[in-house]
Amino acid sequence: MDNEMLEVKQPTYYEEVIRKGYNRRDFMKFASMMTAFIGLEKSSIGQVAKSMETKSRIPIIWLHFQECTCCSESFIRSSHPMVADILLDMVSLDYTETLMAASGIQAEQSLKNTMTKYKGEYILCVEGSVPVAADGVYCMIGGKTSMQILDEAAAGAKAIIAWGSCASNGCVQSAKPNPTQATPIHKLIKGKPIIKVPGCPPIGEVMAGVIVHLLTFGTIPELDRVGRPKAFYSKRVHDTCYRRPYFDAGLFVETFDDENARKGYCLYKVGCKGPTTYNACGVMKWNGGTSFPIQSGHGCIGCSEENYWDNGRLYDRASSFAGFGIEADADTVGKIALGATGIAIAAHAVATNLGKKNSIHDLENEGKISEHELPS
Amino acid sequence: MASKFLHIQRLRRVYVWELPVRFYHWLNALVLVALIVTGFYISNPLALMSQRDAVEQYTMGWFKYIHFAAAYLFFFNFLFRIYWGFVGNKFANWNQFIPTSKRFIKEMWTVFKIDILMLKKNGKEQHHLSIGHNAMAGFIYFLTFIAFLVQCLTGFGLYAAMGGWWFPQLFAWVPAMLGGDALTRVIHHWAMWFFILFAVVHVYLVFYHDYVEGRGEISSMGGGWKFIEEDVFDKNKHQTPNPEKK
Repeated sequence: MDNEMLEVKQPTYYEEVIRKGYNRRDFMKFASMMTAFIGLEKSSIGQVAKSMETKSRIPIIWLHFQECTCCSESFIRSSHPMVADILLDMVSLDYTETLMAASGIQAEQSLKNTMTKYKGEYILCVEGSVPVAADGVYCMIGGKTSMQILDEAAAGAKAIIAWGSCASNGCVQSAKPNPTQATPIHKLIKGKPIIKVPGCPPIGEVMAGVIVHLLTFGTIPELDRVGRPKAFYSKRVHDTCYRRPYFDAGLFVETFDDENARKGYCLYKVGCKGPTTYNACGVMKWNGGTSFPIQSGHGCIGCSEENYWDNGRLYDRASSFAGFGIEADADTVGKIALGATGIAIAAHAVATNLGKKNSIHDLENEGKISEHELPS
Repeated sequence: MASKFLHIQRLRRVYVWELPVRFYHWLNALVLVALIVTGFYISNPLALMSQRDAVEQYTMGWFKYIHFAAAYLFFFNFLFRIYWGFVGNKFANWNQFIPTSKRFIKEMWTVFKIDILMLKKNGKEQHHLSIGHNAMAGFIYFLTFIAFLVQCLTGFGLYAAMGGWWFPQLFAWVPAMLGGDALTRVIHHWAMWFFILFAVVHVYLVFYHDYVEGRGEISSMGGGWKFIEEDVFDKNKHQTPNPEKK
């Protein structure tokens, strides 16, 4: 008998949902919600629903390296319980250190099995960056360095999703001086499609949306120049911020406890990084659409942007580079340079009048002679 | 008369700055002032508090609008100047800005000795051999063109996210390459200080040259003329930092 015949047929997403006790109506609500999240039009609801009804689960390997697991936490707290139930429970059964039941040798065996059995089909999700300093000893799992594990897992992957800022751009552990040489995935793996889903953590619905897109269309979503899905990262937090009218009007919070803060004015002057941060926080919000940082009175810290830890201070917008003094900003350095220039000019003007006394005198005399020679 | 002690100079009128160059210069000066003032406001808005509702105000909106409009003028003016570097007169030519000959380097050194170290008195002999930009000035303007380029790339790169037109989209790769808008903005802000320092030194040196050389440096950007001593003119030494390409 053919080996494949022996294998248990994988259930479809729909079958799994029904088995878990949801009804058809719940399922259709979920399909509609996901359709909206991934930026499709209403007519695509059917396509999304059909994919879930007919396609069996995508095998997924979910690796954790240098990270805090906030991406997983965010994902299982997506607003719709079905996200966790059908997507995470099903997709991550194969291997995910945090949530799988197996441990030790069995867990490693499970990883190996998935990699051989679904070679070229599985999606590799990576949460966390890879430390490459000292041959990678700063992050080792099961006796292997994270680099080795990543290399092995990436070889047979259909696509790679870099969850969160760690995997997309290095996040806090890659902040200067980056002692472990924490490196994002796209700098280590070449030749595989990589979807970056930055954020610390990314929004749960965004993560679910990326997976639903993969499932529905079998292709990776449209990405921007940096490699992020356009559906979620094409607008700045600033562009979708409900406090934007205060920005345009020039009404700003000066300190966190002032009257303007109470009135809900723009947080630009207390360091909001919304104008330089590309994310969907203003639209999708967090915790099931409850709120997002700016709505709770705190500026955006730009967690989904590369190097946000090194891009100046969190509570002001000064253009600072670490290394000039303690952390001098452009305007301080500029004012000092301007003062120095002023002094230099004054010194030069004095030196000119002394050093070129004769030639200046000649010019003046020459002019005076002409003046005298002219009839009145 | 005192003329027995003094050789009265006869001056030749030289048309140095053509009208398009003068127009470029003053438009550039105007938009740079606008860009710097609005840029400072955008980076750190003044606390202009008003009791009026947000819906009745558009302060930041207007500052940004002026900044972007001035940026477009600045960019196309800059492009025009590059074009004029190929079709304008010898003083406007592009090769007067780039040190590509020994003569250019040598003149830079001479200017450095005369104007900065004050080692040469530069009286009647007029060691300043170039009538248009001297070699040092030409080279500094070359640096300003690079600064122009940096500001256009980073500025339109930041603007791309809010501009629907295809033109700013041409610059969208800049923040992507630099690793985000935050660093792009920092570079844009730091580079602005170059313009401020340049403007201060530039204005000073214009007065300085006018004062110590008496060749009409200040008014040349008005009428376009500079005046050169006839005997210097007759010596027919080079009048531009780089020799003309034949």
